[in-house]
This record gives sequence, C-alpha cells and structure tokens, in this order.
Amino acid sequence: MASYPQNFRFGEFVGSLIWLIFWVLIIVALVGLPLIFIVLFYVPLPPVGDQVLTPYLFLTSILYPQSAIPVIKTLMGTDLFRVAMFPGFTYAALIAAVTIFIERKFLAKMQLRVGPLYAGKIEGILQLIADGLKLISKEIIVPSGADKLMFWAAPIAFVSTAAAVVALIPAAPGYVVADVDVGLLAVFAILGFFPLIALLFSWASNSKYPFIGGLRALHQMIAFEIPFILSALSVVILSGTLNLTGIVDSQLQSYWFIFFLPISAFVFYISSLAELERIPFDLPEAESEIVAGWLTETSGMIYGLLQLGSYVKTYALAALFVILFLGGWAGPMVFPAEIHTPIVNISPIYDQEAANGSLWFTLKTFGVIMLMLLPRGISPRIRMDILLHTGWYKLIVLAFINIFVALALIYGGILGPGGLLVR
Amino acid sequence: MTSLEDKFEESKKLGLQIAKESEDDRLMTLSVGPQHPGSGHFRFIIKVDGDYIVYCDPDPGYVHRGEEKMCEYRNVIQNIPHLERPVIHDSNNITYSYSLAVEELVGIEVPRRAQYIRALASELNRQVYTLYWLAIYGIFLGHSTMFMWPTGDRELLIDLLEVLTGARVTHAYNIPGGVRNDMPDGFKERCLRQVRYLQKRFKEYEDIFYNMPLFRQRTEGVAVLSKEDAIKLGVTGSVVRASGIPYDIRKAEPYDIYNEIDFKVQYMKTGDCFARSYVPFLDMKESCHIIEQLLDKMPQSGEVRAKLQPNPKGPPGEAYRRVESGRGALGYYVVSDGTPKPYRVKISVGSFRNMLALPYLLVGQKMGDMPATYWSLNYWPVEADR
Repeated sequence: MASYPQNFRFGEFVGSLIWLIFWVLIIVALVGLPLIFIVLFYVPLPPVGDQVLTPYLFLTSILYPQSAIPVIKTLMGTDLFRVAMFPGFTYAALIAAVTIFIERKFLAKMQLRVGPLYAGKIEGILQLIADGLKLISKEIIVPSGADKLMFWAAPIAFVSTAAAVVALIPAAPGYVVADVDVGLLAVFAILGFFPLIALLFSWASNSKYPFIGGLRALHQMIAFEIPFILSALSVVILSGTLNLTGIVDSQLQSYWFIFFLPISAFVFYISSLAELERIPFDLPEAESEIVAGWLTETSGMIYGLLQLGSYVKTYALAALFVILFLGGWAGPMVFPAEIHTPIVNISPIYDQEAANGSLWFTLKTFGVIMLMLLPRGISPRIRMDILLHTGWYKLIVLAFINIFVALALIYGGILGPGGLLVR
Repeated sequence: MTSLEDKFEESKKLGLQIAKESEDDRLMTLSVGPQHPGSGHFRFIIKVDGDYIVYCDPDPGYVHRGEEKMCEYRNVIQNIPHLERPVIHDSNNITYSYSLAVEELVGIEVPRRAQYIRALASELNRQVYTLYWLAIYGIFLGHSTMFMWPTGDRELLIDLLEVLTGARVTHAYNIPGGVRNDMPDGFKERCLRQVRYLQKRFKEYEDIFYNMPLFRQRTEGVAVLSKEDAIKLGVTGSVVRASGIPYDIRKAEPYDIYNEIDFKVQYMKTGDCFARSYVPFLDMKESCHIIEQLLDKMPQSGEVRAKLQPNPKGPPGEAYRRVESGRGALGYYVVSDGTPKPYRVKISVGSFRNMLALPYLLVGQKMGDMPATYWSLNYWPVEADR
C-alpha cells in the first residue's frame, strides 16, 4: 500500500531540501567559519597522532578531507570515542530511535493501519523528531507535595543506568567500553537498580496510581530477576567465563549457545520482556487499571527521558541476548579485505573484522528487538498473580532444566572440562 | 464462592469503614474515573487492600442530559433525533422501541416491508455497537490489535448504514410508522458481501483474542455471576445470557417480524468474564444469519412508511414496548394525554441494570480484573445516565 500524503510533490520536496542546504551553507559561511577562526586562533590545540593539530591543518582538512583521516584514526582509539560514539551512547540511542520507528510501523501493519505518515513526507520518518521537539517544548509539571530532588533525579538516573548496561556490551571485536572480567555479573548488578529507581520515582510523585505502579514494578522485576540470572548461568557454565567478549569468543570456537540451550534462551527472552515492562508484562504501566502506572505524573522531557531510557534498555537486553545465545558478532565475512574509495581514501581507518562484526551484531540485535516488539501486537496484558506464578514457578524450573543440560554436557566430556574456553 | 447476601453484608460493613480510612493504613481509596482511561463517562470509588478490591461504589450521572424531560416538549416525531443520542452507536435500536410504543398509542399499522428494513437496520446497528464494545474490551485488556481490528471492520458497516440511512452514526431512521426512506438499489448485494466478509473476520478474532491463552487465563473463572444472582440483580442482555439463562426479547416477546425469523438464542452457562465477553460475539455471529434471512424474506417492493398526520396524536393512554438492544432489554414507557406531545416518556435501559451488578462482582476481585469485569457488563455510561 502506497502510503504517501495526498498532496505530496516530489519536486517540492527536493526543492525544500535544496533551500535548506542553501541556508545552512549561508549560515556556515557567514557565522560558523568566522567563529571557528576566532576560536582556533586563541585556543592552543593538543597534538593528535604524529602532528600538532594547528588551525591551518584543521582548516585544510575541510578542503582536503584526506588530511583528516589520521586525526580520525587517533580519535577512534580513544576512550571518548567508545563511550560517546560506537559501542557507546550514540550507537545505542540511534538503535533506540530506529526501534521506536520500527515499532510504530511494524505494529501499524499488523493492526491494519498506516502508522506515522506525514512528518518527513515519506512514511513519517521524522515523526520521532517531531515527538521529541514536542516533549522538549512542553511544560514539566511537578506534582504538589512531590519530593523534588528525587522527581528530577530519577529520569536522569534511569537513562544513565540504561547507558551503563550498554557500556558493558561488546559490539564488535575490540569495541567495548568496559571489558571487565565479571561483565555478566556487572550487567545484572546494574539491572538491579531499575526497580529501585521506579519505586523511588513513584514514591516521589506523591500520588496513588504511581505508587501502585512502583510496587508492581518492584514485584515484577524481583520475580523475574532470578530466572533471568539462572538462564544466563547455564551460558557461563558452558563457556567457563563471565567476560562477555570471552563468551562470544567461545561461541566463535564452537556453535551458538542457542543450539545447546534453547530453553535458557526462551527463559531469557521472557524474563527480558518482563524486565523491559513490555506487553504482556506491562503491569507497572497498565493503562486501563492504574492510568499510566509509575509514569502517571511524568510530563514533558521527564517522560521523554524515561522513554529513551527504556528503549536504550531494550537495545541493551537484546544485545545481551545476541551475545549470550546468538554468537555476538559471529557471521560470514561480507566485507573485502581492503577498500578503495574514490575521493577520500579511508583505508587507514578501515578494519575488516570490526566492520563485519558490527554489521552482523546490529542485524542480529534488530532481529531480537523485532521479536521483543512482536508480543505487543498479539497478546493481552497478563495479571499479577499469573505473572508471579510464571516467574517464581515455571521459569525457574525451566532455567534449572537447562543448567542441568549444560552440566551434563560438561561432565559427560562432550564439551571438555571447565567450559569451552579452557579446553 | 460467597453468596450474594454475604457479599452485600461484607461490602456494607466495609462501606462504614470509609469514614475512618486514615486510621486503617491497609485500605487505599481510589477514584476510578471520570478521567481514568479505564472508566468512560463514569466513576466508581473502590477501596483496595493490597491487590484486592474490598469495596466498590458506582457513581454514574456525569453525562445526564434529561432525555426523558426533553421528550415532553416535542411531538412524537421530533423526539427521534435527540432520543438516539445516548447510544449513537446503536441508534436504530434505541429508537426502535420508542417507535413501537408510539405506534401502539397512535394506532399506526406499519407496512410489512418497513418492518423488515427496520429489523435489518437494527441488526446491522447491533453489530456496529458490539464491534465497538469489543474493541474497547480489547484495549481494556491491553490488546491493542483487538482495538484496531473491530474498529476498522466497523467502518465498513458504518458505510453500509450510511448508504441505507444517509448518516454515519446518528441515523434517525426508525420513526413511528416505518422507516424514513427506502433501501437504495443494489443494497442487498452490498450488504451480503459485507456480512460474508465479517463472518470471515470473526474466525480471525477468535484466533487472536478469544483463543489466546493469556486472555483465557485473565477472564475464565473471574467475577462469576451465578444464575440465581443474575435473576436477583435483574441484569439483562448478554450478561444474563452468559449466566445460563437463554432470555432474549426477540424470542421471548417477538416484535415486528422477529417471529418469522429462525434464530437461536446464544447463551453460556459459566457466568464468568469470559462468558460475558463471548456471548455478544456469538450474538454478532447469529445476527449475520438473521440479516441473511431478512434480506431473503423481504418483500421486494411496497410502502416503507405509513401515512401520518403532520402532528400524530392518539387517544389518551399508555404503552410499554421493549426490544433487545446491544446491551439487553431496552423499553419505553410512553404516556399520552391526547395531545401531540407525550405526557411522560420513561426509558428503561439495559446498561443501568447491568451496572448495578458491578459492586457485587468487583468485591473480592483483584485490581487487574477491574477493567475486564467492568466492561464485560456491557455497560454504556451515556445510555445509563440518559
């Protein structure tokens, strides 16, 4: 179904783009460049790579992009790049943004409607920007009697906690912010903060419905924390390490763990749905029962931050699923060994392994994210007692079954003692 | 399962405790509505002990419009457009029984073709209403696909009714003496096509909603209304049929041509939320068969509207007629003093009687069952307030 607005004219669309570029160029030339000159004249610049980044060098890199390649190569080796750009926050936030768009369009197709359509002319690709601008421009209402400090701190804590999980995720060989030996344990330690934030925020809101929602969040996350950890434990038994990069390496040596541990993967998937408060486990935000749960009193950008945090968390848990069960960045090589580009030669910063790894990792992560979005289209909300019963009885038992399978594989001598890495 | 009397005593005892809530920390009073996403134009005050509802007090009246009083200032024909306002999704049924009562008072003989068209429009409108109700039941349980699908399929029926009556929802089609205008050409084929499409869709609804294990878990055995309690509380429509009583006005007191139609009264025996949500769906399926029969047996030509005086009036007297609407028995009691304007019009709606069962069903339920129980009662707040 071609879902274009009725009055869409391609010529006008291109024309508006050209006008936009024209004005951007004018503003850059008249305001931006003089500003850069002034700043560069006064600020001493650090040595980058094997040469000092002088204003002259910086400016020539605009005209001759080739000279910027060594600078970029040096920057890519720094921690700042990792934290801010590639496996870090920008990458996670981009995936979160694409997830929101995909969720809207994907559910819309499932439910016989069109989804976002007008913002951005083509299939509503700019709807997210429109929503973000709307949220930023809205007033933030703090309820009377609210604990102001906690009310403001909780959304920021929520986003930063979600980002902290992302920091432990290796997205490509060598590309990880914090490569710690207890990576998996650290992930679960950080995830343990979320119910606390939800409860504190709901308490700080000084309202009844958020309070019920916060308590529900606490119940739910505690009930699903145990099967969550137990399902990951069988992976640790097989691989013999808690380091996430090590877990991926052990899968590169053998097969993906989902073939050995399908029940664990299922338990992990269900528990991560509950951890993310997605339908059918969206009890803390059940709108027909308790308005919006612990998000009832949020408004403006506080709501925006909490939503961003929850989608970053979605990415983090999907990525964790990929690392634990789907072999991380493992995949057939599709990139050439060397690359030759016509205008700018980017071969100094080109890394075949990293490019291939991040491609497969991103593809797999999106696959898992789609799987996590799917229940929203087909399932009603679960009830509290059924949820607790599922968490405490069924999932824990299922997780234990696969732990025994993993132990049998190890002590039966099929996979070698102490796991795959210690072979 | 406690009996009705026990529950009533229990809730009365707890009602006395409202005054001393501040002393009892365990109970939390929640005002659900009228701005709550799960309430509609309606409020009920509940007290919860942990996750359990221990007290419920329905508080209707937010959309009271004085329909009954308004009837006393207009003549019987002018009353039609405002009388359908309480349930615009079911406007043919809510004007149907009024027309019947006025016809009895004034003494009008309705042409046979008009009777068939009336019944046809009412059945189509019943489906429009029930699809809308089903959509809201879906979203109340967090099933957003079940909100979108019936809402989308309802549009097709609305288009069909627009062709028939000239308006999308407020049709003003049933009038004393017949219907406003005849069926357009080719309506029969179009109607049959839509009905066949709907029958195909009903199978998909069952797959995605009624056969879904999570839906079954949430509704089966929840808020059971036993047969005896249903009779005592005087509930009607799909609620009483879900409790095992095959009572349908179309069968019990056939009006117009319903005695010529062959159909079954759909009922279930469990009386829980699942039965209450499934019976309207079964009604919709049965309604499709009724529409097919109506289109078959309908006289191909003839008058659709009896000749009336400009200001029709009858001898002084009173009449009470009722029909089976989407929400149960819908009756009109009309008193005439011999003038063109009715002396008194009393509307008896199914919604209000079903709402009265709410406190008895909610007490003892979990908080998560509240929307499922509330909307399974087939309650339309605007109709109840009139």
